[in-house]
Amino acid sequence: MKLSETWLREWVNPPATIHDIAQRLVMGGFELDIEPAMDTLPEGVVVGRIVSAEKHPQADRLQVCRVDVGTGEPLQIVCGAPNARPGLHAPCALVGARLPGGMEITQARLRGVDSFGMLCSAKELALSDKSEGLLELDATAKPGQPITDYLNLQDHVLNLEITPNRGDCLSVLGLARDIAALYGVNMKRPNLPPAIVVGHQMLKVEIDDPATCPTYAGRIISRLNPKARTPDWMRERLRRSGLRCIHPVVDVTNYVMLELGQPLHAFDREKLTGTVRVRRARAGEHLEVLTGEVLTLAHGELLIADDKRPLALAGVMGGRDSGVTETTTCIFLESACFAPHAISGTARRHKLTSDAAYRFERGVDPALQRAALDRATQLITEICGGEVHPVTQVGRTQPETVMVRLRHARLVQLLGHDIPPREVEHLLGRLGIALRNEIGDSWVCRIPSHRYDLRIEADLIEEVARLYGYDRIPAKPYLAALAPAQSSESTRTLSAARATLTARGWQEVVTLAFADPRLQQALSPQTTPVPIDNPMADTQSVMRTTLWSGLISAWLYNRQRQTTRVRLFEAGVCFSLEAGTVIETQRLAGLATGSAATEQWGKKNRPVDFYDLKAEVVALLGASADEYRFEALAHPALHPGRCARILRGERPAGWIGELHPQVAQTLDLPEAPLVFELDWNIVREVPVPRPRPLSEFPSSRRDIAVVVADDLPVETLLTVACRAGGPLLQKILVFDIYRGEGLGKGCKSVALGLIFNDYSRTLTVQDIDAATASIAQALAQDVGAAIRQ
Amino acid sequence: MTTASLEDLLHQAQADIAAAADTRTLDALRVDLLGKKGRITELLKQLGTMAPDERKAFGERVNRLKETVAQAIEQRARALEAQALAQRLASERIDVTLPGRGELPGGLHPITRTIERISRLFGELGFETVEGPEIEDDFHNFSALNIPEAHPARAMQDTFYVMNGTRLLRTHTSPVQIRTMQTRKPPIRIICPGRVYRCDSDRTHSPMFHQVEGLYVAERVTFADLKYDLQTFLSRFFEREVEALFRPSYFPFVEPGADVHMRWGDRWLELLGCGMVHPKVFEAVGIDPERYTGYAFGMGVERMAMLRYGVDDLRLFFDNDLRFLEQFK
Repeated sequence: MKLSETWLREWVNPPATIHDIAQRLVMGGFELDIEPAMDTLPEGVVVGRIVSAEKHPQADRLQVCRVDVGTGEPLQIVCGAPNARPGLHAPCALVGARLPGGMEITQARLRGVDSFGMLCSAKELALSDKSEGLLELDATAKPGQPITDYLNLQDHVLNLEITPNRGDCLSVLGLARDIAALYGVNMKRPNLPPAIVVGHQMLKVEIDDPATCPTYAGRIISRLNPKARTPDWMRERLRRSGLRCIHPVVDVTNYVMLELGQPLHAFDREKLTGTVRVRRARAGEHLEVLTGEVLTLAHGELLIADDKRPLALAGVMGGRDSGVTETTTCIFLESACFAPHAISGTARRHKLTSDAAYRFERGVDPALQRAALDRATQLITEICGGEVHPVTQVGRTQPETVMVRLRHARLVQLLGHDIPPREVEHLLGRLGIALRNEIGDSWVCRIPSHRYDLRIEADLIEEVARLYGYDRIPAKPYLAALAPAQSSESTRTLSAARATLTARGWQEVVTLAFADPRLQQALSPQTTPVPIDNPMADTQSVMRTTLWSGLISAWLYNRQRQTTRVRLFEAGVCFSLEAGTVIETQRLAGLATGSAATEQWGKKNRPVDFYDLKAEVVALLGASADEYRFEALAHPALHPGRCARILRGERPAGWIGELHPQVAQTLDLPEAPLVFELDWNIVREVPVPRPRPLSEFPSSRRDIAVVVADDLPVETLLTVACRAGGPLLQKILVFDIYRGEGLGKGCKSVALGLIFNDYSRTLTVQDIDAATASIAQALAQDVGAAIRQ
Repeated sequence: MTTASLEDLLHQAQADIAAAADTRTLDALRVDLLGKKGRITELLKQLGTMAPDERKAFGERVNRLKETVAQAIEQRARALEAQALAQRLASERIDVTLPGRGELPGGLHPITRTIERISRLFGELGFETVEGPEIEDDFHNFSALNIPEAHPARAMQDTFYVMNGTRLLRTHTSPVQIRTMQTRKPPIRIICPGRVYRCDSDRTHSPMFHQVEGLYVAERVTFADLKYDLQTFLSRFFEREVEALFRPSYFPFVEPGADVHMRWGDRWLELLGCGMVHPKVFEAVGIDPERYTGYAFGMGVERMAMLRYGVDDLRLFFDNDLRFLEQFK
């Protein structure tokens, strides 16, 4: 909302500069900036009156005018504006004048005729973007008066943003009230003589549901002068508030809205039939609004209607057919109060910008309607003449009184600072709140009708603190009852997992949780994603079901920037739909591409492979790694021969593998990256360490090579060996895999290091031979292994 | 043998020892002079054939000679060893300026780094970190926070809906506060970091971003406490005395409400919103608003990270350009 400083000072005038006032308002909870009404003021421009205008002897489109600029002898000025005519008052730039655009006026000779100045358009004075001929001024403007004085151009504009609770400040009156309270000064209430009622025409008004419209006031004003013109002072104030002049009646309704905060609407009386009714719309009713759009109304939207049809979207916008036009001479002026809940969302639904809706959605003073109607009547008759008819008002004429109890002790307890009772009374009094003392340092406060945001004790405490100044409430160290938070040692934090990964060379990324459904479908066709009802883009229309989608995007982004080796990870929530229920799972996932090691000297490099990634995952599993198995199992997005499901006991804990070449092709990826994804809820549980006793005797190692079928999983081999090794076998290492010469086709040799130990004695050669033999025998028997000694 | 020839022998031996270029030559010399059949050993063997008076004097001289020669050999041996070691070391010299081998560590995303830092600072003030679902219902995201259906505050946050409007992507992490207050009894002292979502995307808005919100509920929590905790936090976070300005503001879930601005050069920057928990919020979660009071605050993580690290473009956080991220190692 924009308001003129001069206008505001007519209502409240604290002894302070506008910048001080702005600062005080900022500390009072408003957001605003101050702009000069004009960046550059015109110099040497005065009010002129065209005395005569004659055709230029040499040019068809020019006129030679004689212009009275208050100096006695009129000036001769050549003018090209089509609206230049005798009797017109317009701004006149004298010789030596400087216009806001920088143009300097000199004496000139136009097609043989001398010109001693220039008559100006609104655009030339930087009052408008468009030029519509000369800026026409009121006939009462005094020739010779500097235009900066006449139009009060040395004004400032307050550009204000209010929080949604302070709808009461959306007017000169409302803002003045708060400034008066902040400064502790009195408001000046301009003296407004009420209009004299002479007529007796009245329209019947009915409200279907008073909850939507507590009160509705209206009156007819007839015999208006259709040729009337909005006066310059009002035009300028409206312009400073960013409103265009449309029609004197409409301009007055806008002016009163800005001045008092009450939105008004004027209907053309001749277009109304029967009773004016405030009612809910039936689905599918149509209304052509002022902007020319034809709206299809939703069921329940609040309307103003007559016997025949909808007239206006209540509190939002009037209808085109029933609005005032250039020929209107009789109006029905509406000043109503609509409840926020009845209006809310309507403007947004129909994509209409409306100052009225903006105010009604935040709440309009329910006691204001009659006063605003009188003020508008007074201004309309002042400008357009006319005959005033009596007011019809239905609904409540006086809103219910609201009383709120305030305890001084509670105020001190909530703020942590003692503001003396006398000061509390004083501060609330400034807001027009009437206080009545009660026993025990408390008050019953009567809330003025415009402060519908004050309903509970805390609201009043805030008002006291706001006027007292938040900055005057000291920050105080305090005593608090604290207990350490329970952090279980058997639940690892994501932070620890992140530290493990980053120490091992992984870079964390944070990607959007929205995903492209196509990408999602390719990566986890088995999961139903959660679609977003109102996505920002088709490529962000579902919630991610896997972190791989974001990791792939991040990898591609960097690959396009010449980074081919990446180790990226992300920790985040994934979403899926299971039996109509949204499931959120916290996951940890990684993606690796490029060489196994960073490029460096003295080390043979190779592309990263499954086993590199597996070691990373095992490192992440930490102390509980032994509880996990990697099971060869197909995943639709992964290479069927290079993919494993990670199981903790029987619980699936995640997946690891190389992206399926077909998926890579579908997604147009340059290569198939290696990926893993863990369910953090399963992986984060780790046992609290319980160390075994240590043996005091030396351990012995025996190496054997076992030739088995190539497709035999090593895990099977190890399981058999472990079982056969008995209690002396401490550990088995796999230290080599060999295929090729010397072995049969389809075979591999697995080199095992068997480590034996006992807690009670040093093992003998016989002990170790026996154990090794039983391992060899079991391997031969169970998996058909041949032992190479 | 004459004294003169002993002198000659000594001079010759000393010259030979000095000339020995390696340990092997020196060893040969030792054998030649002091070995079982060495020349000096042979001299000692002659003692037996000498007259007693001669024997004593000669014996003394030969023994002196033996000692001197042995010492010279020992000295030379040490010199040769030192020389050999120096040679070995010289040959083993490497270029220490070559880069080391192995992997360099990766790094945390600056958002995570910032959240962890904020959590740690509040952790030291006794705040426990709590998380909650990102897909929420209307009650936890709006109604319980005193944001009813028709409230204009809802227009302040454009919400993503899912499941035909029955669920939504949380627009702030406040629902975690609601869930915590529903399940725990005061005193409650928590912070809630996490992803939040709003339908807004331009240079300064991302449809997904991060917040940290805090809540302290107990008997006698005051606005002065809130000011103290936030002021302390800001000074610790930015590692300097931060000049903070508390200004009245409006959030439906607090009353009184405030926003906090911080002096940044010659400007005031809005950093966070806060206030005393609204009694209606307490009522919605079943906490007695007469017995307990509380404060709540919330801040945008991206904004804190941008100010702390001097990042001027929000989009850098979500592009995940490694050239950017690697600077946060």
